Amino acid sequence: MNCRGVVRELSDYLDSELDAHARGELERHLANCIDCRLVVDTTRKTIQIFCNSEPVPLPEDVRARLHKALEKRLRQQPT
Amino acid sequence: MGNQSSQRYATLSGARELCPPVGWRTAHSLSSAHPKPAASAIAKDDEAMLVASAKAGDASAFEELVNRYEGKIFRLAMNITQNREDAEDVMQDAFLKAFAHLREFQGDSRFYTWLVRITVNEALMKLRKRRPNQISLDEPVESEEDLLPREIKDWGPTPEQQFAQSELHTVLSNVISQLNPAFRIVFLLRDIEELSTEETAQLLGLSVPAVKSRLLRARLKLRQKLDNYFQRSRSN
Repeated sequence: MNCRGVVRELSDYLDSELDAHARGELERHLANCIDCRLVVDTTRKTIQIFCNSEPVPLPEDVRARLHKALEKRLRQQPT
Repeated sequence: MGNQSSQRYATLSGARELCPPVGWRTAHSLSSAHPKPAASAIAKDDEAMLVASAKAGDASAFEELVNRYEGKIFRLAMNITQNREDAEDVMQDAFLKAFAHLREFQGDSRFYTWLVRITVNEALMKLRKRRPNQISLDEPVESEEDLLPREIKDWGPTPEQQFAQSELHTVLSNVISQLNPAFRIVFLLRDIEELSTEETAQLLGLSVPAVKSRLLRARLKLRQKLDNYFQRSRSN
């Protein structure tokens, strides 16, 4: 596998969706290619940074309007 | 070096392993080192109990679910619509619709996943209604050359810890807003909301290969944008 192959298979590799043969080839390439190792590592970190980030608290005015609308609806039973 | 490297990178695979489960993440800070599946299981059970109570007519249980997820649902709506007023409408409509249809929720997915589906449908409807000619979810034509990373540099172990939480939120929000909507929505559903490839495909009316192709492009583009940001910050 070459560097283009690594990029092509990157998502499946990170998602553990590569078959054993392709995975072995990719990891053999990684063992000898620092650029591809960095791409794999920084792409993994990109996913982690986004999926670990907490949402900011809802702005107070937005929250107040949401709960007012819900309060009105919650007085009724689910349909 | 070969064996050591192989072993090291064998542990990198599996983005699902890399992202702590949603229920766990809501209760722990970014700085926590390792996910605890047991806590996630507790959060899921807790969610199921709240849903059961809400279905039985307990309004406070539904309010608790709203309190738990309002921030995440608003962020999702903002990330899709890129407009605060639209995002607010989408969030309200999503929660109201969830309440109205609560009895139809069979529990074959998590309540939160069901809520995400409702929110995405509401957000897409809003986009089509408000800006029918401005937003296209068609995949832009790009060559494989466009995918190849350039100027590859190390980020160090935890680049995000260089930033205060508020600054990091701004950075993430900026870089994600620069993504083409066709790539952005797939990344949001797969990597932030943790829907499966199949669920994402079904929700967006795409094929599984199209979801995979868009996800790869989204991840690489976000990697490049964060790389630019981290390198710039480091040189300042």
